[in-house]
Amino acid sequence: MDFNGSDTIPGPRTEDHLPHTAQAAVKIVIVGGFGVGKTTMVGSVSEIRPLTTEETMTQAGIGIDDNYGSDSKTATTVAMDFGRISLTEKLVLYLFGTPGQERFWFLWNGLFEGALGAVVLVDARRLEVSFDVMGRLEERGVPFVVAVNSFPDAPRYPLEELRTALDLAPEIPIVDCDVRRRASSKDVLMTLMRFLHSLALSGALT
Amino acid sequence: MTPPRRRRRRPQHLPAPPPPPPARPEGGSDSELRNLERLYTIAGPGDGGRAELDLVTLIVARSAPPPSASPEEAAVLRLCTAPLSVAELSAYLNLPFSAMTVLITELITAELVQARAPIVRQALPDRSLLEAVMHGLQRL
Ligand SMILES: Nc1nc2c(ncn2[C@@H]2O[C@H](COP(=O)(O)OP(=O)(O)OP(=O)(O)O)[C@@H](O)[C@H]2O)c(=O)[nH]1
Ligand SMILES: [Mg+2]
Repeated sequence: MDFNGSDTIPGPRTEDHLPHTAQAAVKIVIVGGFGVGKTTMVGSVSEIRPLTTEETMTQAGIGIDDNYGSDSKTATTVAMDFGRISLTEKLVLYLFGTPGQERFWFLWNGLFEGALGAVVLVDARRLEVSFDVMGRLEERGVPFVVAVNSFPDAPRYPLEELRTALDLAPEIPIVDCDVRRRASSKDVLMTLMRFLHSLALSGALT
Repeated sequence: MTPPRRRRRRPQHLPAPPPPPPARPEGGSDSELRNLERLYTIAGPGDGGRAELDLVTLIVARSAPPPSASPEEAAVLRLCTAPLSVAELSAYLNLPFSAMTVLITELITAELVQARAPIVRQALPDRSLLEAVMHGLQRL
């Protein structure tokens, strides 16, 4: 990018500026296998046009730390869609949708560790594409809820059958949604927040 | 039709992830490293722990671009007249996240921008934050 033209760098539209009172931000991560609706969900609730940030992951980031800086390392670019919701004059929520190869998401420093929690989107026609990411969240102790996105011709499993198939503890919420609809995406986020609140009440979150 | 089945995984006590390799454009000098160290205390949450710039750390310009600012730095300072997250800066300037954090780190050290640290899960002081998020969402 030619920064000499920085007067013309596209920035937020004036109506998209955060107020100067904005003090802190929190984030929620939206995960799930290929094509389950992550980008659609970010777009349906965001107050700004969704943006994309990228990170380059090198071999070093995958745990081999002796060849960082060498030019022969393999590098992978990981991109994330994200959107924003201003919650109050002081508090801002960011939603990150994580596309592509799941093993790389967890290398993104602080993405999950710092998140309030995660939404796992599933497509009932292909439940298994979201299995791996659920396991990774469990391994890292990231609290999550499961949202079943409404695809045409998807089997409608009874809730308990779904819970058994996904091997989810009874307290983990499972909700139906249509993430193309803003109200539905908002309900999913509210479900996550109520779940986090209940964890906080029971002392499971410190 | 029966759905495919998954097996739940147990929490692992993973070692703390190593700090990311600083992705500076060219090789860095020792003094740059010291500046980085200094930054981590400045931008930190105030508990003495090292804090890194997060995707959602809010950045606010403290002054207009000085004549000495590089074009990239001037671009950041212009964008941050209102608070913007590191993720948004990275998106608007089309720079990878880690390159963006290096640039912002330099601006913090030069006292040209201020960083407003995010609230992360581990640091939740109480339920009031979660309640604030819920109330905010309800108003959408
Ligand atoms: N019927 C229906 N279609 C949906 C819904 N959500 C998303 N889609 C469609 O499904 C396709 C994939 O949605 P995306 O939001 O791109 O999915 P994604 O998870 O971001 O996909 P990747 O980033 O490629 O993994 C798009 O064509 C959407 O329009 C839904 O709730 N119902
Ligand atoms: Mg996508």
